[in-house]
Amino acid sequence: MSEVNVAIEEKHYLNNHNPVLGQLKFNVKNGEFVAIIGPSGCGKTTLLNMISGLESSVEQQITYGDTSDNEKHKPHLGYIFQQPRLMPWLTVRENIELVLPTSQHYGIAELLAQVGLANQGEYYPRQLSGGMQRRVSIARAFATNPKLLLLDEPFNSLDAPTANRLRLLLIDLCKQRGTTVIFVTHDLSEAIYLADRILFMSNPPSTVIHQTLVKLPRPRKESGALELAWQAQLMTRFPGLLAGKID
Amino acid sequence: MKSFFFKNYFRPKENFEKKIASQSMISKGITTGLLRYLLQRLGIIALMLLMWQGMAWFIASPDFPSLLEVVKSLHFHLSQGEMITNVIITLRRALISFIIAMLLGGLLGIIMGLNRLVNKLTDSLLIIMLNIPALVTILLCYVWFGLVESAAIAAVVINKMPTVVVMIREGARVVDKDLLAVAKVYQLSARHTFFKVFLPQLYPFIIASARSGLSLIWKIVLVVELLGRSDGVGFALNAMFQFFDIAGILAYTLAFVAVIMLIEAAIFKPFDKLVARGNCCE
Repeated sequence: MSEVNVAIEEKHYLNNHNPVLGQLKFNVKNGEFVAIIGPSGCGKTTLLNMISGLESSVEQQITYGDTSDNEKHKPHLGYIFQQPRLMPWLTVRENIELVLPTSQHYGIAELLAQVGLANQGEYYPRQLSGGMQRRVSIARAFATNPKLLLLDEPFNSLDAPTANRLRLLLIDLCKQRGTTVIFVTHDLSEAIYLADRILFMSNPPSTVIHQTLVKLPRPRKESGALELAWQAQLMTRFPGLLAGKID
Repeated sequence: MKSFFFKNYFRPKENFEKKIASQSMISKGITTGLLRYLLQRLGIIALMLLMWQGMAWFIASPDFPSLLEVVKSLHFHLSQGEMITNVIITLRRALISFIIAMLLGGLLGIIMGLNRLVNKLTDSLLIIMLNIPALVTILLCYVWFGLVESAAIAAVVINKMPTVVVMIREGARVVDKDLLAVAKVYQLSARHTFFKVFLPQLYPFIIASARSGLSLIWKIVLVVELLGRSDGVGFALNAMFQFFDIAGILAYTLAFVAVIMLIEAAIFKPFDKLVARGNCCE
């Protein structure tokens, strides 16, 4: 099971009394693609770090699997960070080998071909462009065959065509593997394009102020007519949504 | 995994053949390049040797032997065989204490760099260790442990270790936490995290302390030998000093510097390349 239940009462940073996260409750179903949108500095990354276990969380704040189930182990995680975070001293191939047991190294060549880096396996990250480095970090996340994939604004500062191809790739890979995805972004049209459900967060102390299912047929279009209409409708209903306000 | 890899979203960029072609062009110029390199490196040395010879002729004093006399002395000591033995003995002491100082210093440096409390508790001790004169530690080691080999090695290690600690600690302090987070998320084993993620970030600091370390260590080893050993370069230099054999002293210096330069070229240069990998920007 890769259901994630988040039940945070409050989250402070060390030495800081102002909570960054307030009462935050939601769950993510198995195989669901959930996008989280919130204003800058609302603790989206902190939330992902808590889910991934990088940031400490009090017990029972984040649980995995059906709560009635005994199976509450942390699922196999993939995390695509805002920055690619590749080891500069390892080649592209070695970077991916690093996160895999030796028995699974055979699939790397195929995976690199899939992200369009078939010829760059022996290159060091600094010899690649920013977009290529991101593709490596995506390949690295998928190499481990995660049940739960966390993405933190992974397509920021990429040119539009590259970002679009990467989104397409992400959708395909997730669909084929049935991966549960939590995708953090500040771009509403990106969220509409990708997600089954969108959660909107407020300013700190952050809570979920609104959530909505994206009931649009797939495959969707990047800024297609249906998608734009849906977005416009949402924005007229809740004009302050992206700034973290609901009226 | 297989069924996912049939679509191709990205066309591979094909400018790598060009790069390979330009590399073979470079190899033609390698012989002239080597010549130029040697000229650049050795030119200044040749000039200094010439000046030395000229000054020796001008001064004409037994305290300032000419280059030719030093070379003659070098040849004499080499043919006697005792020079090679002494150099090897000194080199052995230097390398043993070098390895111990690097390992211990590296370990302590990492611990101090990572743990703020340990750092606070031991920082003043470190400053004291850094500032105790080499001569004092050498004398104390000989007095407390006797005129034995282990005392000599210990004295050198105690002198060198604090500087290693200081450098490695700086390295451990600036380790990229983001990369360690990657290791944690992907649940790498402790061994993998240390050797593939943590340690490579320290390589530049390790290299820097090793480079400065070797030169410092062999200078201290000579003093240690002079004060309490009956073999090695330091002992030989002392013996020659008793007879005012200036040419012999210079011959020994020449021989040892040559050996150190050889070590530099044979060990540190290739290691530099290893560290630089992934840092080139094209």
